[in-house]
Amino acid sequence: MLTVFLQFLFSGLTVGAVYALVGIGFNITYNATSIINLAQGEFVVIGGLMMWFFSESLQLPFFVSVALTIVTAGIVGLLMERLTIKPLKNPDLLLMIMITIAVSIVLRGVLMFSFGKNPYVYPSFTEGEPVSIYGAIIQQQTLWVIGITGFCIIVLFFFYKKTIVGKAMLACAVNPTAAQLVGINVSKMVMVSFVLSAIVGAIGGMAITPISLMEYDKGPMLAVKGFCAAIMGGLGSNRGAVLGGFLIGILESMTAGYIHSGMKDAIALIILLLILFFKPAGIFVSKTMLQLRKF
Amino acid sequence: MLSIKEIGKSFGGLKALSNISLDVKEGDIKALIGPNGAGKTTLLNIVSGIYQPDNGEVIFLGEKIVHLAPTKIARKGISRTFQHVELFGNMTVIENIMVGRHAKTKSGFFSSGFKLPFVMKEEREIQRKSEEILEYINLGHRKDEYASNLPIGEQRILEIGRALATEPRLVLLDEPAAGLNMRETRNLGEIIKRIRDELKITIVLVEHDMDLVMRISDSVTVLNFGEVIADGTPLEVQKNPEVIIAYLGDEEEIPRGYNAHT
Amino acid sequence: MKKGDLTAFLVFVLLIILLPVFSGSNYTLTVGIFSGINALVAIGLCILMGYAGQVSLGQAGFYGIGAYVSSVLSLHGGFPILISAILAMIVAAIAAMILAVPALRLKGHYLAVATLGFGEIIYIILNEWGPGGPSGFGDIPHFSFLGYAVDSTIGYFYLIWGLVAAVMFFSINLIHSRSGRALRAIHDSELACNAMGLNVVALKIKVFILSAVYASLAGSLYAHYVTFISPSSFSLFYSILVLMMVIVGGITNLWGAIIGAVVITVLPELLRRFEELDVLVYGLILTLSLMFFKKGLVPILIEKIKKLRGFAIAKH
Repeated sequence: MLTVFLQFLFSGLTVGAVYALVGIGFNITYNATSIINLAQGEFVVIGGLMMWFFSESLQLPFFVSVALTIVTAGIVGLLMERLTIKPLKNPDLLLMIMITIAVSIVLRGVLMFSFGKNPYVYPSFTEGEPVSIYGAIIQQQTLWVIGITGFCIIVLFFFYKKTIVGKAMLACAVNPTAAQLVGINVSKMVMVSFVLSAIVGAIGGMAITPISLMEYDKGPMLAVKGFCAAIMGGLGSNRGAVLGGFLIGILESMTAGYIHSGMKDAIALIILLLILFFKPAGIFVSKTMLQLRKF
Repeated sequence: MLSIKEIGKSFGGLKALSNISLDVKEGDIKALIGPNGAGKTTLLNIVSGIYQPDNGEVIFLGEKIVHLAPTKIARKGISRTFQHVELFGNMTVIENIMVGRHAKTKSGFFSSGFKLPFVMKEEREIQRKSEEILEYINLGHRKDEYASNLPIGEQRILEIGRALATEPRLVLLDEPAAGLNMRETRNLGEIIKRIRDELKITIVLVEHDMDLVMRISDSVTVLNFGEVIADGTPLEVQKNPEVIIAYLGDEEEIPRGYNAHT
Repeated sequence: MKKGDLTAFLVFVLLIILLPVFSGSNYTLTVGIFSGINALVAIGLCILMGYAGQVSLGQAGFYGIGAYVSSVLSLHGGFPILISAILAMIVAAIAAMILAVPALRLKGHYLAVATLGFGEIIYIILNEWGPGGPSGFGDIPHFSFLGYAVDSTIGYFYLIWGLVAAVMFFSINLIHSRSGRALRAIHDSELACNAMGLNVVALKIKVFILSAVYASLAGSLYAHYVTFISPSSFSLFYSILVLMMVIVGGITNLWGAIIGAVVITVLPELLRRFEELDVLVYGLILTLSLMFFKKGLVPILIEKIKKLRGFAIAKH
């Protein structure tokens, strides 16, 4: 009983970690620009597929592949921002949603063309025996995923709290005019936020591929679930996104395990709708924050 | 006609209104004045249903309206204009008025789509009535222009015209003279008086323009820091020392011969 | 109906009648049929987005409801096709209402994602519990009315485009009516609408239901035409496709929805030669249209025509 439960729990934590990272990616862009980048999911796919390309196809050493993948993701984020976001002066909301969707289609198209529709995989980061916790078999890669996610979260926490750049990015979302007036280069912040969110997404993709493989069209589902994670704590709150991501992952895993595997995707969607309908400000959020949010 | 009883409203820690009570007599032009931040627009928003007060009651024509939605209150006979003009910018002047007729008409989606005869008849009626209102407020010449293209003076008049289209008993005007020059303000004053005299509509007017207020109001209530500090005829209120202090500060010297009625 | 619209409508009807005469190949007509089906969904979405100012990324859900409900009722329930289709529209309307009541309180991104979530849930339901599951099912009866069945390509062409014409007639009347004005007013200032006594919530729900019913009708027609359906036709990709049609054609113009539908339906046929590049080219076209032709093809065309007229007049 406990064994089975723990098995599901850990697999839930694993997928949940990726959702958390996608959610954080959403927050990074949102915090700097008030835009919700629906192409966020594609960065994860890029992470996984490019890692395969560098490490398996080109047979480059592990750390070199990691570095190159991160750079690639960063460049994609940069290009997206420079080519489609920056040129638009004062776009309206609907247009922005559409454009990010359009870019996600382009990215998906490129990936499909380059990699085809097959799933790809590469070896786990460390070879070794799976760990056993109360009888539950935990792959080493699972621990990597959770660990790497935790590491990213801590780094980002310090980034926003302690560095000038991080604080500047937060200022941009709250009031871009005021931010400009105090000398913050808003357009640079926007660019940085896209690059950063792309990298965060790609890291998630790199970590998860050895476990669940990667295909060109996993993007949209990841984006939807990641968005769900992001709004659980109120859009913009990374703490909430992390909790939300893990929560969704666990619920998904439990649903698949105990109820019916076909329902797995539905559970995240149902949670998403419930939150949007009843508590759009998020469920891990304080009362004052509730009054400040605009929908 | 309208009774406001002990209304209080706070936003977070800020107490916007405390213990506001005032009455509006039918057929009056009642002015609501006070320095910026006194709570005038907040009070209007409570009367028109946009805000719910923390305590107190609003009674309109004998009915308690505090917990009704803005749509319902509008249908009871209260219409309004807004501090920042809320016209339908992408629609023409006449269309703005026609939307005002919406609550008094009933063709639905289905019947409109199939162009049933009663729909056509009602549409002609809406057109006729709207043109009538447009002529009444002297904007007939702007009929097919986009509302957002009008100068601010005409926009404000149009907003009043739209409010008239709902056939209200009471109209709340929120700083209609803001941004208007003297000529436009005089014109506005004329229109407001005509609406009261000819159409028998009661007016509540929130305003900063003292000239306008003193010239056309029958009764004035003064708010300061969310409280009523004076209530009476324009002349009484003008002479009220508390009112003077509220506007001019604690000055000991009040210019001799100061009379806003010139 | 205004003069411009009347002219356009007559030209439109003329084109429908004449197209099979000039280019009666099966291939053209088939593409035409699919364009017409998509046009129905696009017109509904256009009213929702361009006039009422709302957004929906879940039209595929209503399209799917229309297809599945009508098919199941006619195939397994023995209902006449017309009744099945109408019942499907009722189901779609109810689903729309259930979604709309909570969802329309949201705005912008949140509403978009809520409708997206709805569309996805319908897809999952069809995938798990629809007849045949992911593989779908067939033997769906062809459209028939009072014993007379439509089973030729040209028959379907006229049927579907005839319905598009009827729907356009209905929609144009709606836009120019009291209700149409109300929707446009909501788009501009909900605050003022409430203050003028409009029941904004009810109106938004009604227009949402309208767009769902149009999509459902299209779905039923689709099912009875292709006679075999599977959930993959009713996925998020289709919702996005319909959105593309409306935007490319011009959000604020009903005719734009039809033109957008034709363009987006014809495009994959033209792109067939590119094979694996088709998704990429789709995305690029969409991105470029959004960035450079923000207003959409039809409004831009109208502007160009007006400019030309201006030159012509000026020259004299």
